[in-house]
Amino acid sequence: MKQLDTALGLGAVRGPLGRILKFGLYVLVVFVFAGPLLALLVSAFGRVTDPTKLSLIPHDLTLDNFRTAFDQGVLRYLANSLIVVGGGLLLQITVSVTAAYALARKNFPGVRLILFLILSTMMLPEEILAIPLSLVLADVPVVHVNLVGTLAGMIVPVGAWAFAILVMTEFMRDVPIELEEAARLDGAGDLRIFWSVILPVCRPALGVLGIFGFTMIWDQYILPLLVAQDAHQFTLALALRSLRADEQVGTGVLIASALLALLPSVVVFLALQRQFMRGLTSGAIKG
Amino acid sequence: MTRRHASAWLWLAPALILFTLFKFVPMARAISMSFKEVRPYLGDRWVGLDNYRTVLGDDAFRSAAGHTVVLALGETIGSILAGLALALLLEGTARHLWIVRTAVFLPTVTAMAVVAALWRVIYYPAPDGALNAVLGGIGLGPGQYLDSPHTALWSVMAVGIWRGAPYDMMIFIAGLAGVDRTLYEAAAADGAGPLRRLWHVAFPAMRPVFGIVVTLAAIRGLRVFTEIFLLTNGGPNGSTEVVMTLVYKLGLERNELGVASAGSMLLLLATVVLTVLAQLMRRRA
Repeated sequence: MKQLDTALGLGAVRGPLGRILKFGLYVLVVFVFAGPLLALLVSAFGRVTDPTKLSLIPHDLTLDNFRTAFDQGVLRYLANSLIVVGGGLLLQITVSVTAAYALARKNFPGVRLILFLILSTMMLPEEILAIPLSLVLADVPVVHVNLVGTLAGMIVPVGAWAFAILVMTEFMRDVPIELEEAARLDGAGDLRIFWSVILPVCRPALGVLGIFGFTMIWDQYILPLLVAQDAHQFTLALALRSLRADEQVGTGVLIASALLALLPSVVVFLALQRQFMRGLTSGAIKG
Repeated sequence: MTRRHASAWLWLAPALILFTLFKFVPMARAISMSFKEVRPYLGDRWVGLDNYRTVLGDDAFRSAAGHTVVLALGETIGSILAGLALALLLEGTARHLWIVRTAVFLPTVTAMAVVAALWRVIYYPAPDGALNAVLGGIGLGPGQYLDSPHTALWSVMAVGIWRGAPYDMMIFIAGLAGVDRTLYEAAAADGAGPLRRLWHVAFPAMRPVFGIVVTLAAIRGLRVFTEIFLLTNGGPNGSTEVVMTLVYKLGLERNELGVASAGSMLLLLATVVLTVLAQLMRRRA
């Protein structure tokens, strides 16, 4: 009963007309949603002098756009972006797995309150905190460090992400307690247990954290905007705006730089797609 | 037992420190600043609800709030309708469907900065700009898009839907996958066609999923900042100014930190009310 596989039963549509219609619809949606990104890829390697030359069909192939972009310091912005995403992701994962270990496996007074406080920040859009956050970054309480104008200012705040803690805590709760008890009988301490019993079991969840964290940090705009003081600290995302405003560089360079900002996220997404979909549906369905 | 509790706090310490410094302290500051006139070097002055009165009485804020609501509503409804249509078209386990879904999903993982740079080029208002060339091919006249106060907000909305619909699609597909297939068979046995099956079986089963998608999309819509900041920065002529871009300008360009904080708090209040309402509705459903 093939036509009962899906809600509309489109898989059962046969016959030349039905097939052509279906194929046409697939082409249309791919054109609308992926076409613009494909045009970015194609045009980055073409001679694009002004915005009207965006095209899906390769012509006048050249690497000039990238050459000029590199002259404009785009490699440095790319390096900054990679440093921020690498450092931010490492910090975010470390913070989330250690917190999740305590929240999921330790029964201590206040555990529910802490979890509630952390999860309540999911309701708190980062945009709303932008202004006070910029004040905090300029003079971090207690330690009195100024993070404005440093890449660290873009890295440290992304360590606090409630979604990652939620995903990890829920996953660790399902790890059978017997595994831990057996290790404890063998005389293993907390650190040993965490490192060689809990973490290996949590590998699927670590994949979810990795792909979501990468996408979240790569998409960051407000935080770098608040932190960067001059072009030395620009990430690629920030640089795209100033490249656009620069009359001298032209659309080709902007498009080539946008492609450099696009590729890492697409590559990471395609590589970890399965984990991404799992996180998307589990996170969303659980709210 | 205290030793074990101490170790739990040790495991939590990195998270607690970061959340305190970068979430709770800024939150507390925002609340406190919203009741104060912030004066660097002179010390802040308590002004009670004055900042809130200023914000609520300000025409610019009201018009920005209006744009925010229109944008949030339009993007929510648009993304859901388009996402649902995509989900129904692309649901299934066949390999070619999986490939099409992957291609369609790409806008969602693309950084907003890239999306904005790309769409500014696509929207280029010359007659031979990319979108005008495509639309011209099917006989639609050249538009000004982001450059005209009449179309800028709708153009921003279209970009939001373009990026939001694939996300909703994936959640709908997950929801559709969870519908009991025996219900489809029962409906077919009763002589129901695909459309009636969709309306009477699939949609009712997906009610919780609709609730989640609506909530997520509406919250996403209210906080909108980056796409406006990069696509139009509130222009032309204030026609796309939203609450967050106005707050940003007040706070970081005009240094009116108290008024800006009051504006943020009102937006936060709207977000929290919406979230709680959605939770209540979900519980009742």
